[in-house]
Amino acid sequence: MAEVGKKHDTELGSRSTRTLLLQLRRSSPLLSLVALLLLWQLLTSAEIYPAFIVPPPAAVGEAFIEALQSGLLLKHLSVTLEEMFFGLILGLGIGLSIGYAIAKMPILEYTLSPVIVAFQSTPIVAYAPLLVIWFGSGPTSKIVTTAVIVFFPSLVNTIVAVRAVSPNLRDLMTSLNATPWQTFRQLELPSALPVVLAGLKTSATLAVIGAVVGEFVTQGSGLGFLVTSARNQYDTPLVIVTVLTMTAIALSLYSFVVLLEWRWLAWRRRSKP
Amino acid sequence: MKLSLRELVVDFKTPDEGRLPALGPISLEVSPGEFVCIVGPSGCGKSTLIRTLAGLQRATSGSVAGDDVPITGPLATLAIMFQDANLMPWRTVIDNIGLPLELAGVDKARRHAAVYELLPQLHLQNFALSYPAELSGGMAQRVALGRVIVQRPKALLLDEPFGALDAMTREKISLELLDLWREHRQTVVMVTHDINEAVLMADRVVVLSSRPGKLVADIAIALERPRAINMIYRETFLRLVRETRAAIDPPDA
Ligand SMILES: Nc1ncnc2c1ncn2[C@@H]1O[C@H](COP(=O)(O)OP(=O)(O)OP(=O)(O)O)[C@@H](O)[C@H]1O
Ligand SMILES: [Mg+2]
Repeated sequence: MAEVGKKHDTELGSRSTRTLLLQLRRSSPLLSLVALLLLWQLLTSAEIYPAFIVPPPAAVGEAFIEALQSGLLLKHLSVTLEEMFFGLILGLGIGLSIGYAIAKMPILEYTLSPVIVAFQSTPIVAYAPLLVIWFGSGPTSKIVTTAVIVFFPSLVNTIVAVRAVSPNLRDLMTSLNATPWQTFRQLELPSALPVVLAGLKTSATLAVIGAVVGEFVTQGSGLGFLVTSARNQYDTPLVIVTVLTMTAIALSLYSFVVLLEWRWLAWRRRSKP
Repeated sequence: MKLSLRELVVDFKTPDEGRLPALGPISLEVSPGEFVCIVGPSGCGKSTLIRTLAGLQRATSGSVAGDDVPITGPLATLAIMFQDANLMPWRTVIDNIGLPLELAGVDKARRHAAVYELLPQLHLQNFALSYPAELSGGMAQRVALGRVIVQRPKALLLDEPFGALDAMTREKISLELLDLWREHRQTVVMVTHDINEAVLMADRVVVLSSRPGKLVADIAIALERPRAINMIYRETFLRLVRETRAAIDPPDA
């Protein structure tokens, strides 16, 4: 700022101030994490709560390494991941296809919406036990629970997205004698993709809830089971490790969808220079 | 391609199950290679006329035909251009222009060859890989024009193709369109709300009445071709503009 003649610099502060601000902004998510850890450490060192209620970060770290080495964490993680994977495929598959059908045939909406809305407005924890009765305590009931919870946002987003396809572009496709498949592939799919992917972010994080709620109910294996059994043994560090693992799954899935957006929606980053 | 409208009437259903007469009855013949402009008050059915010719709108009664074959759906030999550029934002300039060929199953190499050949005439050679969001309004409309030309249609249907552009850009693109037309001599039916533009471009200016649009005047434009912008100062030009304007709002009304 002190330099004369660098007029554009004086407007936004000097270059070095700006780079510092930029770096601060880039690292700010990390900063909040560090702050949280510090707060946690302080809380435990002050011994406001006993260690079995709020264990220090180091104890949780130890529990993590132990659960990793004994294979306990990976065993339950893989169970949960498998349920989530098939649940996501099932729920998304049904949600996307019924959503597309409803968007194309409004009569279906009148027919199906009472069932769908009733289904959706019931809390998942309420009918998870019912799903266990119907589908057994094996993986199927958890896959179905995940599918049910994933279904609704993908359905709604698909309906909204396909209905928002520009009528003028539809006319263009008609005037070019496009086949229904061409209209789907070249117009509806790319046009709906941004909204569908945004819905997928919600679905991906909900999938974790679906699987874990299913595991709470059946008890046997999976991260949901690990949380309850650790709590029953007052192993609070392991509870925290398991919860953080769930967070990590949700974040990874979310990031994966962000990656898809980055790749498939590259055109949205382009604008007038 | 010869285009004909025979006693064409188009009605729309109203929400209360009544009928809204939008167009006609109207009869009109456009000879092969002729450039016809249609003007008329807003809402008189100009877009409806274009959409019926394009096979996007069904006639309530009467008929439309291309080379005496009734038009009941979109024809490959007939291309329509809309008021806004109507581009796909996820496609680059070349992929937007090449869309009709892609849908027709033309392979990528031949598609690109055809599109790249057009780019210089459209002044888009430096924007082949740009996305619509990166284009100005005029450039976007040139892409839309390219998407029409690449189909090598026998007839062009243009619905206020430059309506969204500023006057200067519009003038420029209009003359470019005339150059393209001189080369290929397609039949053109163009809707415009700009009387000067209609007189400057057309062989005939057809004036429609207010809704439901009927033919009120069919004015032959006896100006030589190629048309140039300085013709707008000529006495003949001004007389034709006055004549067209008088037909749109009759002085005794
Ligand atoms: N799909 C439709 N359903 C119902 N009414 C319609 C439909 N399309 C057009 N109309 C009505 O038909 C009439 C003619 O419409 P059209 O778009 O052809 O007019 P226009 O001459 O192109 O008008 P403008 O100059 O404003 O573009 C209008 O009253 C319009 O409201
Ligand atoms: Mg119109």
